[in-house]
Amino acid sequence: MTFNVIKSVSNYLTIAGMVMAGGIANADDTLRIVSWGGAYQKGQSLGIFQPAAKAMGITVKEDTYGGISDVKLMVKSGADKFDIFSSGAGNCASGGAEGILEKLDYSVIDVSNHLPGMYSEYCAGADIFSVVAAYNTDTYGDNGPKTWADFFDVEKFPGTRAMRNNVGAQLEAALLGDGVPMDQVYEVLDSEEGIERALDKIRSIKPHIAVWWSSGAQHAQLMKDGEVDMTTGWNGRFDVAKEDGAKVAYDWQTGIMDWEGYGIPKGAKNKDLAMKYIAEMMKPEYMAEFAKYITYGPTNSKVYELGLMEDARALQMPSHPENAQHQLTLSTEWYAKWRTIASEMYTEMMTE
Amino acid sequence: MSGIIAEKLNEQGLQRVASKERLTFFGLTLPYLLIVVALIIIPVGWLFYLSFIGRDGSFSFENYERMTKSRAYIRIFITTFKISILTTLICAVIGYPLSYFMSQLSRKWANICMIGVLIPFWTSLLVRTYAWLVLLQKKGLLNNIAIDIGLISEPIKFVHNTTGTLIGMVHIMLPFLILPLYANMRSIDRDCLKAASSLGATPTRAFWTVFFPLSVPGLLAGLLIVFVLCLGFYVTPAILGGGRVIMAAMKISSNIELYFSWGAASALGVVLLIVTSVILFIASKLVSMDQLGNRSAK
Repeated sequence: MTFNVIKSVSNYLTIAGMVMAGGIANADDTLRIVSWGGAYQKGQSLGIFQPAAKAMGITVKEDTYGGISDVKLMVKSGADKFDIFSSGAGNCASGGAEGILEKLDYSVIDVSNHLPGMYSEYCAGADIFSVVAAYNTDTYGDNGPKTWADFFDVEKFPGTRAMRNNVGAQLEAALLGDGVPMDQVYEVLDSEEGIERALDKIRSIKPHIAVWWSSGAQHAQLMKDGEVDMTTGWNGRFDVAKEDGAKVAYDWQTGIMDWEGYGIPKGAKNKDLAMKYIAEMMKPEYMAEFAKYITYGPTNSKVYELGLMEDARALQMPSHPENAQHQLTLSTEWYAKWRTIASEMYTEMMTE
Repeated sequence: MSGIIAEKLNEQGLQRVASKERLTFFGLTLPYLLIVVALIIIPVGWLFYLSFIGRDGSFSFENYERMTKSRAYIRIFITTFKISILTTLICAVIGYPLSYFMSQLSRKWANICMIGVLIPFWTSLLVRTYAWLVLLQKKGLLNNIAIDIGLISEPIKFVHNTTGTLIGMVHIMLPFLILPLYANMRSIDRDCLKAASSLGATPTRAFWTVFFPLSVPGLLAGLLIVFVLCLGFYVTPAILGGGRVIMAAMKISSNIELYFSWGAASALGVVLLIVTSVILFIASKLVSMDQLGNRSAK
């Protein structure tokens, strides 16, 4: 009797020990990653997250999140919800400046083939997208606004416009429209007077701005429904809308290139594994696979060199050399320095 | 002598019963008090405290100073109150006659009308807001029909502006006005009106001197609910305002993203709370709240 009890207790302990060991082993090879949901994360999941996890023999759990402010709230409150997040370069840079992110270890993560400027201390670049001026081909035919100067010219191109409800990439567009050469845009913007100049340019067409959009889904819908005749917005969304039958086109001369990458919140439990996983995700074959789902181009130049993408598809990517040559690259340093000030000034302009 | 002692004892006994009764009542309200303290007083107090914490974590007024630097904040507050007041007034103008009409119907027909009020009330706010967008946009149903039958030649801008915001908000807020108002009107004694008529009042006079004053408590309760709910509105102005109508709740949300701190957002909430309290205080001086309370209780 007594013997039986001891035996069953020891059996129980053995099983409990096994379960616990299993649990620990499980936690060791499980990562949690968050991104933006929708068509974008679908592409990431099928093209990058899951294939890379499979290659490393680990489990990756996905979720969506609300942006860098979620990372901040998580880190500050000591919660532990995810190990890696997908974020725009500018937001990642300001998160780094706030001290809420882990520095990335580029001896583990290989960025030797990355396009210039497409990785930073806290963010490993994964895909490149562009802010462009899209126009309705029903309204303008083939002779739509091809440059930012056209976008801001309401005489030559009458019609309603939409711009973003926050500062991201809008001031650059305004200055380019005001005739500032591409290589001097951030020089001019490096003072409140420069920001004011850009805002004045937007003020000059404000009566023609029918909508201030807040999301990619929204500006795609505005074009699809013909609610506005032209809008600023992300190229991939317009391409998807076009495949859905929207009468929309854009010219790469209006492109402002920006990039998205992966970062690690400060104090992430599985930091070392997260670092290795990011290294894996930087491989060109994953980026090529991702670009099949949405027209956001690879940061790794090997994708083009190794011919991993069909030529026709490659030509649709913002980062294709043919397209990239016309475009301004968004400066993450400028956003780290000026984002809050410029945002308040932008809101002031919007509410006037 | 013994009579006095007996009286004293009796008094003590009565006091014991009374205090026991008070304790019972306190016990009954305790769960509610706990919920209020735990879910409202403590979090609001905490946010109030955070609004005085600066970026470096020390005591600071920077979250409030920011509001004085940019004119956007004052404009956003003006927009918030303008939209809320307009919505409340439009709700009153539409809701009062409707409630009156319903209160004059037989129970059966009034209930059928009530279903008409309640069905939109039970539909998701987001669904209704997007439905308005589909109906009212430039190439939406309404504009297309109006152009097809030759009523207008250019589409009318119904959405992505103040008009659209008001349409959406009035639609959502109307039941909040109608429900208390209708309940109040139902409880008004019809004999009062008959008495007025028998004393020679015309129907119009009877309405204004008897019915309307008796319906004021319900009207005020409805107006108050609508106004306060409007102040915190987010989804409807964000979608139907097209970025041209920025209300306080939207700025609170964008400040969290911009400054990565609760303080920057809660300072706005504190200002909104104070301004609202001041407005309601002034309103309560103009229209006695006591009166409102007493009549509602009746």
